[in-house]
Amino acid sequence: MAERLLDIRGLSKGFGGLQALRNLDFHVEEGEIVSVIGPNGAGKTTFFNTITGLYPPDEGEILFEGNDIAGLEPSDITERGIARTFQNVRLFPNMTVLENVMVAQHCRTRAGVFGAIFRTKAFQREEKEIRELGKDVLGFFGTRLTGYRFEQPAFVLSYANRRRLEIARAMATQPRLLLLDEPTAGMNPRETIELTELIGKLRSERGFTVVVIEHDMKVVRNVSDRVVVLDHGVQIASGTYDEVASDENVIEAYLGRPAERGTP
Amino acid sequence: MTAVASRSSRAAVRVDRRGVITGLGAGGVAVFLGMIGMLVAFDGRNVIDPILSLGYAVLIGVFVVAGHRAAAREELEGVEFEPYGPYDVVSGAVAGIVGGAVVGGFILLIEAFDVREVFTNVSPALVDFLTLDSGLAVGLIAMALGGAVFGAVGAATHLLPARVKDSAISAVIWIFIIGFIELVIVDIVESFKFADFFEDFVYGDRRGLTVPAALLVGAGVFLLTWRFRGRVVAFRARIQVMPEEQRRKTGVVIALVLIALGAILPAVLGTFVNELLTIVGLFLLMGLGLNIVVGLAGILDLGYVAFFAVGAYTTAVLTSPLSPAFSPELTWFAALPFVIVFAAMAGVLVGTPVLRMRGDYLAIVTLGFGEIARILFLSDWFKGIFGGAQGIIQIPSVEIGPLTIKGTDPQQVFYLLLFFVVIVAYVSWRLQDSRIGRAWIAMREDEQVAEAMGVNTVTAKLLAFVIGAIMASFGGAIFAAKIGSIFPNSFQFLVSIIVLVLIIVGGMGSIPGVAVGAFVLVGVLGGPTSPGLLREFAEFKLLIYGTLLVYMMLKRPEGLLPSARRTRELHQEEYLQDAWIDAQEKEGHPEEDG
Repeated sequence: MAERLLDIRGLSKGFGGLQALRNLDFHVEEGEIVSVIGPNGAGKTTFFNTITGLYPPDEGEILFEGNDIAGLEPSDITERGIARTFQNVRLFPNMTVLENVMVAQHCRTRAGVFGAIFRTKAFQREEKEIRELGKDVLGFFGTRLTGYRFEQPAFVLSYANRRRLEIARAMATQPRLLLLDEPTAGMNPRETIELTELIGKLRSERGFTVVVIEHDMKVVRNVSDRVVVLDHGVQIASGTYDEVASDENVIEAYLGRPAERGTP
Repeated sequence: MTAVASRSSRAAVRVDRRGVITGLGAGGVAVFLGMIGMLVAFDGRNVIDPILSLGYAVLIGVFVVAGHRAAAREELEGVEFEPYGPYDVVSGAVAGIVGGAVVGGFILLIEAFDVREVFTNVSPALVDFLTLDSGLAVGLIAMALGGAVFGAVGAATHLLPARVKDSAISAVIWIFIIGFIELVIVDIVESFKFADFFEDFVYGDRRGLTVPAALLVGAGVFLLTWRFRGRVVAFRARIQVMPEEQRRKTGVVIALVLIALGAILPAVLGTFVNELLTIVGLFLLMGLGLNIVVGLAGILDLGYVAFFAVGAYTTAVLTSPLSPAFSPELTWFAALPFVIVFAAMAGVLVGTPVLRMRGDYLAIVTLGFGEIARILFLSDWFKGIFGGAQGIIQIPSVEIGPLTIKGTDPQQVFYLLLFFVVIVAYVSWRLQDSRIGRAWIAMREDEQVAEAMGVNTVTAKLLAFVIGAIMASFGGAIFAAKIGSIFPNSFQFLVSIIVLVLIIVGGMGSIPGVAVGAFVLVGVLGGPTSPGLLREFAEFKLLIYGTLLVYMMLKRPEGLLPSARRTRELHQEEYLQDAWIDAQEKEGHPEEDG
């Protein structure tokens, strides 16, 4: 078996009395698109936060490209090649669209104070590259974030465009693994379809491996190679969409127990 | 018929309530200014010699503003409101009369009861001032009448066409400005032959413009504004819409012109103004440094004076022959690398413990560090090195090759400062627009997300602290050489606050803004220990700082000369509207995705 891109073993994370993640095993192969689903409060976002280092895990190891990244600073983890978006869109609202994707390349660039002051050749070259890559990732979304949009502050963007910009910003960190937290939340059906296609293109055109948290089952069915279902911090099912959709545990987690098996 | 009646009765109600309430407020303000001694102190300086002193100007200003406010209506875009009419003037007059009556009541009160033991400023001089030196009866009538007239004038400004109003206002403002910068102008013309004539014509004996000069300035400015009104705004707007490359070039040209002016001016100015300029320069250096820490990186540092002190003490210890512990007696420039190193170390030392703090906690802790620094320099512990309360004396002048910059010659010190200000401003400008500057701004916007997007916030914060500290330490080093001796008490908490206030007033995150802030606050109003151009303000400096700060927060939170980013940030709604209209024009249809 090829080495897994992300391999998580026995991951646990609790907040006081609440156990958000319980002894979770999870893995992603290079080039996969995996969906993580589950009812509200299942621990999906905590899962992302723990992988990206926003919360240090209580137990377990997170192997990325074979190295344990548990407990590293978020910026180190990003540098190693994991980037994410946030469920409740968190851009840098007063920076321009282009600046948002430029700043995301911070860990891929090296220019220091002296380069900036004296505008050395290396600095200028790097600055140009940052700008070009920034425009390139924004171009991934067609013309919605390009042209006059480059110089607009992020707060003027529409909701859907903010979500797109957030994905572009994550792409700009040049990761191997993209974690998308509810990328279609709040979008209208047409935008959702468009974004579903784009998630596919993230892999086919850009070569990213993608893990996506999603509530919209149409999206989940269309994009995922594999679906992982969490409930109360535990993985209750895993497999293709159809396998998972007919799994009794999953139906129970979403809909509750059937009446005949209900209260004893 | 009925319509008219209802309108006038509604107007009458408005006159009663708003006029009276505003008048009471204005009266309160006037009484307060009198009780703290401001009116009497300002009476010592003339705006127009001999008819109008600054004290009366302030009093009149209170009534005019009261009248204006009493009649003002909230203007909402797209909502029609009744045009201003004579009723509004009456409303203003009522406010003025009420204000005048409050002052009159105050005069009677202090005539009847002697409260000088508590309120030392409630002196006979104040009574004389308020009664116009003409006895009680005349004074009371004058207050009520004057209040009514000036209140009405304030309200009547609403009736004027915008163009007349703007021209008149700028005429009045410029009469004040020309009066205030008397020292500067006199210094400049002194080198010319007709200086004496000019001085006698323009400025009176007790400061302030002569009547003909005031009329001339007023009329001139009125006409100029009438003719060129809106050009400045249009010019700024034009720069803002320029493509980035061109905008940058324009900025560079403006900066070069200003630097050239800065290089020429001190040569023609006298000692007092030059001295003032050096203090402005010191604060400008600190302001630019703090601008990086607060304005860009968003770290509220209230103990910034500590770095200024580190620069000054390092210079003193290394250069003074009388430095207590060891005195290598380096030259000033030889000591400079050490200043940089020690400032950087101080930056790391202060920065490290506060890395994980935010907001209020950060402010309190840095405030503590600032005080700790001063107390350490003062303490017996380090008396052997820093000389305790006696400080360190005999710090030599700055020597550049054959040139000696004597601390006692403000003109030379100013050139040294100018050199460093230009360097520091250049560095700030370049850093702002670089990978590091972007990381700082991202960190200010959302620290957690910046971290998640690969910005190492620990490094970024420490870097901001270190660079800010080095910039302040330049100021400290020059300060030490300029004064020749330093004491712990030169590094009061107030210095940190003034630096912060000048950034806020000028425009956080904007280099020209910091410069404007430094000139307005330190140059005109005065620094922590030095008087500014308006020496009469010295006593009330903090009050005026505070008022200015509150006013700015309410009316122009982005500062006098803000950066584009900050303006956008604080006026998001307006900007959103513009952007929406823009998008409609450019895409030919409203945003389909909401």
